[in-house]
Amino acid sequence: MECVFGLVGEGFAVVAADTSAVHSILVHKSNEDKIMVLDSHKLIAASGEPGDRVQFTEYIQKNVALYQFRNGIPLTTAAAANFTRGELATALRKNPYSVNILLAGYDKETGPALYYIDYIATLHKVDKGAFGYGSYFSLSTMDRHYHSRMSVEEAIDLVDKCIVEIRSRLVVAPPNFVIKIVDKDGAREYAWRETVKDSIASSA
Amino acid sequence: MSIFEYNGSALIAMVGKNCFAIASDRRLGVQLQTIATDFQRIYKIHDRLFLGLSGLATDAQTLYQRLVFRHKLYQLREERVMKPETFASMVSALLYEKRFGPYFCQPVIAGLGDEDKPFICTMDSIGAKELAKDFVVTGTASESLYGACEAMFKPDMEAEELFETISQALLSSVDRDCLSGWGGHVYVVTPTEVKERILKGRMD
Repeated sequence: MECVFGLVGEGFAVVAADTSAVHSILVHKSNEDKIMVLDSHKLIAASGEPGDRVQFTEYIQKNVALYQFRNGIPLTTAAAANFTRGELATALRKNPYSVNILLAGYDKETGPALYYIDYIATLHKVDKGAFGYGSYFSLSTMDRHYHSRMSVEEAIDLVDKCIVEIRSRLVVAPPNFVIKIVDKDGAREYAWRETVKDSIASSA
Repeated sequence: MSIFEYNGSALIAMVGKNCFAIASDRRLGVQLQTIATDFQRIYKIHDRLFLGLSGLATDAQTLYQRLVFRHKLYQLREERVMKPETFASMVSALLYEKRFGPYFCQPVIAGLGDEDKPFICTMDSIGAKELAKDFVVTGTASESLYGACEAMFKPDMEAEELFETISQALLSSVDRDCLSGWGGHVYVVTPTEVKERILKGRMD
């Protein structure tokens, strides 16, 4: 029941993901961060098989960093997205990764961008995208309220509307979400939306 | 559901008087869910050769990248662009290489050959070429497309009439197919110019 969704606004891109780590009927933890900061101006929100998710996104992150070390300049969002698609496509007929990815980035020249990359390496640049069962609710909500060049407040409001919809309509809805944003000032965590707090010492 | 119907697609190529037209739908779906309504299925190889790829989107993207690579190398070595017949043979060979683990794509190739003679062909996913003098169709709506094209086609149409015919055939066929549609993308190619047009059809 992993939910990942994102949209592009005026000069920024925002992605949100649920934070439950689930194994069959057991919730291991409710504060698992599924949105990795790829580099200073890129975010990779991934959903899917937990092992593949962490291994694949770390692999992409390290290769993006290697490019920057070797060449002295960072990859553009489009280049990083195409590299990710290439790795997924190469592995597809050998040892496929079960990871769906939303790659959000900001380039000085081209502005914000969001790329939809599904687990069989279909790549498409989108204004709004979503994966998982939550996508049935979040995509429709975004279709209704989204317009181009939204402000940060409007976009976060829309993200919250999607989270409310997922919480109320999805049978095994994840309790907590993390929202991250990327704009000209870089990629950073924006907020958490928690209904269940993970604590080590729970009430006896 | 067949793997060829996973993303949904519709493609036509038609022959006119010293010109050709190639048209596709614009939907990118994941089975029943629509992801994008601006997906590109037709690619320009050079000014007088266009390639349409229907079927699984990830394989269409991989195949397109491999073919463009091969064509660019050909262009560097031969110092000229490929003829449509040659390109079709190359696509067929590339597909048959993967005979026992194929790309799940059906290409449509349309080009202007020597003396501005239009050339169209399609092939199945393992490279069986089908040359035609009038029209070729592929995609999830192929049966409807065959019927519509057979009814509307006349030989030796000029560019404008060809555009009308191919557009009507495409839109009326995709309206009967839930997996393709959301508008159309039409290229009409004459010896002097390439006209690209976007069609607005039923958006559902």
